Amino acid sequence: MTTTLSSRHPGVLATSPAVEVSLAEPRGRLSLRARGDLTPFARVLGFALPERIGQRAEEHDIRAIRLGPDEWTLNTPMAAVQRLLEAFAAIYPDHPHSLVDISGREVSLVIEGAQASDLLSIGCARDVEAIPAGEGRRTMFDGTTVVLWKDAADSYRLDIWNSFAPHVLDLLKTGCAELAAEARQA
Amino acid sequence: MLLIHCPYCEETLPEVEFVHAGQAHIARPDLPSSQTDEEWEAYLFIRTNEKGIHAERWRHVHGCGRFFNALRHTVTDQFLTTYKAGEPRPELPVEGGDQK
Ligand SMILES: [Zn+2]
Repeated sequence: MTTTLSSRHPGVLATSPAVEVSLAEPRGRLSLRARGDLTPFARVLGFALPERIGQRAEEHDIRAIRLGPDEWTLNTPMAAVQRLLEAFAAIYPDHPHSLVDISGREVSLVIEGAQASDLLSIGCARDVEAIPAGEGRRTMFDGTTVVLWKDAADSYRLDIWNSFAPHVLDLLKTGCAELAAEARQA
Repeated sequence: MLLIHCPYCEETLPEVEFVHAGQAHIARPDLPSSQTDEEWEAYLFIRTNEKGIHAERWRHVHGCGRFFNALRHTVTDQFLTTYKAGEPRPELPVEGGDQK
């Protein structure tokens, strides 16, 4: 039986001696598509949107990551969503763009510990260790499109669409069990 | 696994993040209704099926989401270069050969 992860309480979901997987607190999530002059959006946000794909910027707990040539995701406190929607709507007539509330679409898993990169390598073909800390990437994890935020060398967040989350979590649980078994043998 | 350079992300990445999207540089006729059946057939279906260096579209679907073009050798599967959508097909030989 699969249960939707969004119906579960935030907290630890899987552990092994050197890595822990937990469900993050709910966050506001906004998908922004914009082209041309980006300064009006910077004025609304209070900081400049990141310029390179994979780069992040953050101010007052509002995090932005650039995912494509004209695409960003804003990760915000829940309470900030409505204010941002209204502020962006106000500049829409002069600066057409798309801003969609996708808060209900995804959950985030936090993967932390010395073996965090090893655990991710079971589902991600990319070299996750090569991603600089403080950046992020949209990539594929075992057939599922995910956004990987790398906060430190041993700390990642994984944004996953609700319907794929149970599958990804099951794989991470298996990975944790394998890493734990390896640690016992060592 | 192939490694493909995305010209938008400026990274060389595993093939699983990409999908192939057919021959490149095929312009849709501005006025489809002005086309004869033969011209329309040629636009829709007739491809070169190159044995050798082929200009083709790829999409970084599990990444930045963008379509771009690549020159790939269809016999060796070697990617000679990739370039942004809208740019002309690069002259060969491509400097640096394979991937950046
Ligand atoms: Zn890309």
